[in-house]
Amino acid sequence: MIKLNAVNKSFCDTQAVKDVSFEVSEGENLILLGTSGCGKTTTLKMINRLIVPDSGSISIDGKDIANEQTEKLRRGIGYVLQNIGLFPHYTVAENIAVVPKLLGWNKEKIKSRSTEILEKLHLPGKYSSMFPNELSGGQQQRVGLARALVTDPAVLLMDEPFGALDNITRLSIRKEFKALEELKRKTIVMVTHDIHEAFDLADRICLMDQGTIIQIGTPKELLYHPVNEFARNFLASERLSLEFKMISLNDIWDLLPNLKSDGNASISSTESIWDAMEKLQSQQENKLTVNGQSNEQKTIDFNALTTAFNHYQNNQYHE
Amino acid sequence: MNETQQSLWQFMAAQSDKLFNQTLQHLGLTFISLFFAVLVGLPLGILIARKRKLSGTVLGFAGILQTIPSIALLGFMIPLLGIGAKPAIVALLIYALLPIVRNTYTGIIGVEPSVREAAKGMGMSAMQILFKVELPLAMPVILAGIRTATVINVGVATLASYIAAGGLGEFIFGGISLNNTNMILAGAIPAAVLAVFLDGALALLQKLNFKKLRKILFVLPFAILLLSGLYLIPKTYGSSLTAGFTPEFMGRQDGDLGLKSVYGLKIRTIVISDAVMYKAAYAKELDVISGYSTDGRLKAFDLTILKDDKSIFPPYYAAPIVRQSALKKFPELENVLDLLAGKITDSIMTDLNYKTDYLHQSPEKVAKDFLTAQKLYKAPRNGNGEIVRIGSKIFGEQYILAEMYKMLIEGNTHYQVSTKTGLGGTKICFDALVNNQIDFYPEYTGTGLLVLLQPEANFAKKIAHNKDETYHYVKDEFLKKFQIKWLTPIGFNNSYALMMRRKQSKALAVYSITDLKNYLDKN
Repeated sequence: MIKLNAVNKSFCDTQAVKDVSFEVSEGENLILLGTSGCGKTTTLKMINRLIVPDSGSISIDGKDIANEQTEKLRRGIGYVLQNIGLFPHYTVAENIAVVPKLLGWNKEKIKSRSTEILEKLHLPGKYSSMFPNELSGGQQQRVGLARALVTDPAVLLMDEPFGALDNITRLSIRKEFKALEELKRKTIVMVTHDIHEAFDLADRICLMDQGTIIQIGTPKELLYHPVNEFARNFLASERLSLEFKMISLNDIWDLLPNLKSDGNASISSTESIWDAMEKLQSQQENKLTVNGQSNEQKTIDFNALTTAFNHYQNNQYHE
Repeated sequence: MNETQQSLWQFMAAQSDKLFNQTLQHLGLTFISLFFAVLVGLPLGILIARKRKLSGTVLGFAGILQTIPSIALLGFMIPLLGIGAKPAIVALLIYALLPIVRNTYTGIIGVEPSVREAAKGMGMSAMQILFKVELPLAMPVILAGIRTATVINVGVATLASYIAAGGLGEFIFGGISLNNTNMILAGAIPAAVLAVFLDGALALLQKLNFKKLRKILFVLPFAILLLSGLYLIPKTYGSSLTAGFTPEFMGRQDGDLGLKSVYGLKIRTIVISDAVMYKAAYAKELDVISGYSTDGRLKAFDLTILKDDKSIFPPYYAAPIVRQSALKKFPELENVLDLLAGKITDSIMTDLNYKTDYLHQSPEKVAKDFLTAQKLYKAPRNGNGEIVRIGSKIFGEQYILAEMYKMLIEGNTHYQVSTKTGLGGTKICFDALVNNQIDFYPEYTGTGLLVLLQPEANFAKKIAHNKDETYHYVKDEFLKKFQIKWLTPIGFNNSYALMMRRKQSKALAVYSITDLKNYLDKN
């Protein structure tokens, strides 16, 4: 769907992006991860030509974007900014209507689609006539998302979309984001420096440093098969919590014993170890029944869980 | 105080027609120039916001234009654009430019970068970004610039009367020349009210929210154009010749009022400053002007004086007037000043004026040459006595006289001298003298009588035409009223006179004011 081939970009004397190539397939969510200054935002902005690459080619749907009219290209790509970038002189409705108007939609279509997308983002009708400065940060970011999604573009670019929010709002919006049906069909490239956010949302992660790609892979690949020291160290401080969050009970199903006990709280095996631990913490008996995929059930306690996790970890490293 | 107020209202009521016209002209001038300033300034501001490298140069240049004194700027305009509305509008435009350009630039570069990026990222074209995002967001700042420019323009537009563009300045400067406080206030108060009102109105506009602002922005250009049109409403009656009279001349019995009542002269008249009047006559912008009989420019621009055959212009003999207290403080002063008494005749004065006005010799050189020729010049003693302060009005002859007195005092006494030349008019000069800001300045008997003393009209008429009676009357009255002494007259008579270009005068066979009236009645 999106294909970057040997893309380079320099600003003055510093090379911001060096020889970057990757592909994002349709419906995939690729997250560019790295510290500030690693070239991830530059890479993202080259996809909608906010920044023009010095060399290399970028194509969307097989068409080289350099050959397309820039404005037309951008109108077909949803774009969410770190600082949201809502127009302060436009109401929420007008902000959302910007791209549809540029595309020449008629009034009724704009209105019905705006209402639809706002409702999906939990912004009921009364918000549409408000100005951005009358909204909370989380609401503003939802409007920003609605603005990017209103024309239902196939590609969505997001530059630190939750960066301007406080931690609590950030988590709740992220949750909504994950649950949003509109997003599941889209090809998304997103930039973040937040490791947990990346692992939480990504199909694949592209780890960057000093303008080059260090490693591209699924979260699990990054966790268990880092290509070099940098990739290993990058995740080191968060490793354990990432693993707890990444590994589902399904992953360790075979390693779990069945302790046979009734009347416990239950959890689905698609949940992560982290979720299971949280549930166990809140239980009196310290026991939990896991509902497996083929209607199997296993009852576990804290000990059983950590032992299974250790086994799994060892297996992964030695694979 | 109550009495002044009363008579101010009376004055304004009596002159309400004029006042109304001047106010309309004033508003018109302000808004025409504002309209063009926006037309030029807004794109310029946008341009330098796009090409930031230019911003330093453009803003710097606009800033320099802003610092040119308004009178000088108006002066520069005359050779290029003549007199009247055109140069005034251009000058006002130049003053209004800086705030508009600067605020447009500041407003646009002040737009949040993320908002601009969002607009770009959503696929707006450069023009769409400018008109839908940047300009609307910069609008409060741009409006603030327009507001500043408007207030500046209301102020500077008072000076437009100097170059015959009308406006409330006619009353203000006429009043200053004529020592008529009511006239000054009749111009100054409406000007101030206009400034405050427009400032307030634009402040309201600035505070409106985006939604309302958007609608009003469509109306604003039309409103400005409409207000600009006000300039065209006041019209004086037409005549085949055009006269340019100074504000002072306009309000004097021995001026325009006398021309109307004694001669019955009906001529299209515009009000103009003395500084540019002669040049305007030379450049055929004006046909008849109210000049001074000893003015050097008479010779320089080949003008001729129309005979005052019904003698409405009283003689104006020049003499230094000195505060009594200064005479006590500087015992040698009177004798030194009297050295010049009777030495300068009309023709000598015209010649001296010609040297400064046309040959561009400095008043200092002209004064020194004359004193040397008269064997009156002595090298300065560089004394360290007390300082004598000499004042002068703002025209050539007074500068020369001030220089002569300076040299005489420095050569003959041990006093030091400081000169305060170029005091704006009779009232300013005289007030400076009364309030002990200067010690003496050269004044004219006619002015002393008609402007400063203002005796009852019939009495003034009776004595005004007799040189000696006038001199003795003002001498006695000044001593009594102001403790100011008139010294012996210098000799020349600088009275008002109507002038025309010599060629035109011959061509039309107009040699006297009565000829002029007859010519105008026929044509």
